[in-house]
Amino acid sequence: MKHVWGFLKYGVVIVLAIIMSGPVITALLGSIRTSGEFVSQPIGLPKNGIQWENYTDILSSSSFWSQMWSSIVITLGAMVVAVVVSSLLGFVFARVDFRGRTLWFNLLMIGLLFPLAVAILPLFIQLTQFGLINSYWGVILPIAAFSTPFNTVILTNFFSQIPRELEDASYIDGCSRFGFFTYILLPLARPPLTVVATLVVVASWNEFLLPLIVLNDPGKWPLPLGLMQYQGQFGTDWAKVMAFVMLLIIPAVIFYMFAEKYIVTGLTGGELKG
Amino acid sequence: MSSLDSRILPRQKTISAEARRSQQQKVLLITLFFLPGFVMLFLFIIAPVFQAGYYSFYKWNGLGPLQNFVGLENYQRALTHQVFREALLHNMIIMVLSLTIQLPLAMFLALILIRGKLRFQRFWRAIFFIPFVFSEPITAYMWLFVYHPHSGLVNTFFSQVIPGFESQAWLGNQSTVLTALFVVITWKYFGLHMLLFMAGIQNINTEVEDAARTDGANEGQVLRFVTFPMMLPTIQLSAFLSILGSLQLFGIVLLMTKGGPAYASELIVTYIYKFGLQRLNLGYGSAVSVLLFFIALIFSVGYQRTVMRVDNTK
Repeated sequence: MKHVWGFLKYGVVIVLAIIMSGPVITALLGSIRTSGEFVSQPIGLPKNGIQWENYTDILSSSSFWSQMWSSIVITLGAMVVAVVVSSLLGFVFARVDFRGRTLWFNLLMIGLLFPLAVAILPLFIQLTQFGLINSYWGVILPIAAFSTPFNTVILTNFFSQIPRELEDASYIDGCSRFGFFTYILLPLARPPLTVVATLVVVASWNEFLLPLIVLNDPGKWPLPLGLMQYQGQFGTDWAKVMAFVMLLIIPAVIFYMFAEKYIVTGLTGGELKG
Repeated sequence: MSSLDSRILPRQKTISAEARRSQQQKVLLITLFFLPGFVMLFLFIIAPVFQAGYYSFYKWNGLGPLQNFVGLENYQRALTHQVFREALLHNMIIMVLSLTIQLPLAMFLALILIRGKLRFQRFWRAIFFIPFVFSEPITAYMWLFVYHPHSGLVNTFFSQVIPGFESQAWLGNQSTVLTALFVVITWKYFGLHMLLFMAGIQNINTEVEDAARTDGANEGQVLRFVTFPMMLPTIQLSAFLSILGSLQLFGIVLLMTKGGPAYASELIVTYIYKFGLQRLNLGYGSAVSVLLFFIALIFSVGYQRTVMRVDNTK
């Protein structure tokens, strides 16, 4: 009976894992063959040699690298703004007593009820009025704003766990409140700050809807829109499309392997040991 | 909401070193530290949401002044528009399917991985979770081929397993398109719920489960009466995220079916995109957005109410 269960549990997981990875393996096998081979036999090895051109065509085009650059600008911009803004808020909520703190905190939590996609049309009107259409700021600032409530919860949680004695000691040594924040709290908070930064990086690197409505100029499009544009051009040339897909999957998987701890901690709200 | 802040905000403190510092300095610090965050929150979330309420009473294309006041006509048009009502229905169907299929599947896998003490746990977790970090276009185009009407993975598989199977255009058929998209959505998002459940199971003190076993409970009873109740907060969070998440679906559907065929996979956000943004019917789109806010609000408030009632009766 024990053996049956042991066999069964691995069997179930392996079957599900094969189903999960099926689309990715198909995309990989498609990207190294010709479209003709791919469409006639979705799963199969290259018979006419590995078609590196599928990849080199994309990698040698200037638009791919300009899309990469846009993605980097948007991702770094959103990350910096989100981390700065939410650590300032988290510090006040965690370490400063004042009347109305709960009220302000609840106001912030309202933001959790309106995810970006739900508020997209009103946001578009607002960005038009600010003249932020076709500007990277029009993508960066809303991503940062909509991620702020959740990020602030994570940081408030961490900041309030720092022992009171540490703060008092720093005041006795002549630190101002601002000094305590900059020189003591922030260096201690590197792990939760990394968690917040990682979550924002994942969200902004993948954001599709916002750049779609904000950036009119295809020259400013980030990679997700670049893939959409490429599929529009080469729709029936599946091998080429799959090569583009793989070029985006590979960095995502590598990033996951390095940032796994922070992604998992951030999403599960677990406490990260420094 | 109130249960949330009591967990997150520390208790008010009495007199301490900081209380002695000047009140003025404190006010200045709070203002400076709050300013960037709350200005952003106001400009990009709160103000647009309220403005949408205002614009929703006008017929407006975004250019020129608001002149054409139409009262509640936009709302009336939306609520009587067959496409909008179907879009709403599709969102509800996906929401129900997510809660009844996606979450149990995630729970099942989390239980097998952790309670089954499988080896290479991080590897399995990565396989099931990684689609969550793929962008929507990556997911959409990979699956567009999986559902390819002639040579896709699904058709190839079925034609080899079922003799005489005829290839289907899964995304081109009004009766299969929503199910096909739900599979893609599950593929991409159920890993998040598995991750939450894995963390939830690991937080359970196994001594309680062992005690139940000592008292003669079988494994099913342990799950039903000990493990699940102790995971209630995680399950609630997961359900909440699933509900809000199914209201926001957009990219995968737009890229794979454009809401078609014949609006059979139209969702609220793709509807707002097509009928509001693309056609610059910003007054009408605002009205639909306001309806969506209310739906989101009803679900979150109603959800929190029921959740709290459950908590109180314990």
